[in-house]
Amino acid sequence: MIIPQALDPVTALKQAMPDAVEDVREYGGDITIVVKPDHLQAVSQYLRDTSGLVYNFLSDVSAVDYYPDYNRPGRFGVSYHILSLLYKRRLRVKVYLPEEAPSVATVTTIWPGANWLEREIADMMGIDFVGHPDLRRLLMPDDWQGHPHRRDYPLGYETVMFSFNADEIMKHKPHATD
Amino acid sequence: MALQTAANTNDPMAEWAGSLEQLKGLVTERALTGETMLLNMGPHHPSTHGVLRLLLELDGEEVITCLPDIGFLHTGIEKNIESKSYEKAVPLTDRMDYLAPMSNNTAYCLAVEKLVGLQVPERAQIMRVICLEMTRLNSHLVWLGTHAIDLGAMSVFLYCFREREELLKMFEMLSGQRMMGSYMRPGGVWRDFPPEFLPMLENFLGYFPSRVDDYEALLTKNPIWMDRTQGVGVIEPEKAMAWGVSGPSLRGSGVAWDLRKSMPYSGYDMFDFNVPVGEHGDVYDRFMVRIREMRESVKIMQQAIKRLPAKGPFRSDNRKFVPPPRAELGQSMEAVIHHFKLWTEGFAAPDEEVFVAIESPRGELGCYLHGTGGNKPRRVHFKTPSFMHISSLPVMTHGHLIADLVAIVGSVDVVLGDCDR
Repeated sequence: MIIPQALDPVTALKQAMPDAVEDVREYGGDITIVVKPDHLQAVSQYLRDTSGLVYNFLSDVSAVDYYPDYNRPGRFGVSYHILSLLYKRRLRVKVYLPEEAPSVATVTTIWPGANWLEREIADMMGIDFVGHPDLRRLLMPDDWQGHPHRRDYPLGYETVMFSFNADEIMKHKPHATD
Repeated sequence: MALQTAANTNDPMAEWAGSLEQLKGLVTERALTGETMLLNMGPHHPSTHGVLRLLLELDGEEVITCLPDIGFLHTGIEKNIESKSYEKAVPLTDRMDYLAPMSNNTAYCLAVEKLVGLQVPERAQIMRVICLEMTRLNSHLVWLGTHAIDLGAMSVFLYCFREREELLKMFEMLSGQRMMGSYMRPGGVWRDFPPEFLPMLENFLGYFPSRVDDYEALLTKNPIWMDRTQGVGVIEPEKAMAWGVSGPSLRGSGVAWDLRKSMPYSGYDMFDFNVPVGEHGDVYDRFMVRIREMRESVKIMQQAIKRLPAKGPFRSDNRKFVPPPRAELGQSMEAVIHHFKLWTEGFAAPDEEVFVAIESPRGELGCYLHGTGGNKPRRVHFKTPSFMHISSLPVMTHGHLIADLVAIVGSVDVVLGDCDR
């Protein structure tokens, strides 16, 4: 089998979709391509299907919250870590999303494995993935309020229960209702 | 986004209708008319290896829809790490995949090292490799024992746990703990190997391959075992890659992808070993891949013992990140300052993001780490193989008998602590 010459993902993407790329950064050997959220699906499709790139494996989707004083284009960042099994290299595609109603198109149509990774982020970070087949809560209970991985969500702790304060604690426990 | 809770009325049937309403679009229409049966498997079913609930739609014994429900073991480890300094988070990572704690430690430590640019001495890397391969054996032994017991072969379990006991004794020797050792630290490992450790490991490696022969004698050509596993839970290589299946489960489908070989970390490129692959992508091939992997692990460890220098640092001596050893504290004022700084405040890491992936016994274990510029991370996310494997269960189980489901869940080797974190 002849393997086509590997292309540099940054120059290839900049050539094919000059509007999509916002920024390119490198840290510790990781290349990050920041793209506009509107172009995410097209960029993903391009990176997976172009010969010479073939990012055919989605390693991870992680979201990060830059609350409270972010000096970035948006409060939330969603990083897609993609991997090319053919060329043995990784790439990070990143989008920044606004504080108000953060939402981005799903990539489950390109990498089906994104299904639960995006569902987890929707659950824990409160980011909407438009077009996702099933965005129910994944790790938290169905009736949970809030999104625990946001930075403005308190870590919380439980007071140790003794006989003298047991009743008081039980009274204030957030038991699931109905 | 969340499910609508059932209408709060006094009519019990109304609540039931509400629950059915929630399942619309997730199960077929036939389930709503009662033509097919909805069955909960778990969360306490022994063959789900932890607390995994599978909502099954059955046509007779055939699985039409499988909806995994996870989160029962969610402990908020990622959120907790955000409030700890970098080194103090290591013990939390042990508790994710409790059958392969050293792999979790390593993924996290590699991420921290990449974030702050910390070098690990070569001797420490070889020590890590030895521990990682011991962890792999440990995990594969539990997998083999429980997988076999799920399918009715009781004795294999007892033999596997006999060998695992020896490994746990060695872990205790290293770290003082049988399971959650937190032995890996940013910059190297916690302490040097005790003198009695390597002879014990060499002795173990001497007889372990013959024990693998014993397991194989019980299973590999066993007609019942072959009937139960061959042609069951087939996943094609393209599908496996698309669904993010990794590790032995991906190699069982014939994709020779092992991060130790393809994208080496921690000095794995120095070792000579094979990457076993299967052909059919069924339960039997995944079983064979793991069995052969155990033999490869023995090979790696034997080479590592030969390569391990007798003397040398087991941890980086960069005092900005690694606390000084106890002996230095009595002699050097600098050491006292470093000790105090590192154990109270910790070290600062830049406001950047890194991603590191290693080959854990279950597959690709990724760690995403984002610093703040201060002493605590902004975000840690672990991409765990069990999570991806459970999400791909619906693909693997479709059209199989419910009895095969047990074999399939066992064959992808899920650990729910790993999945829920």
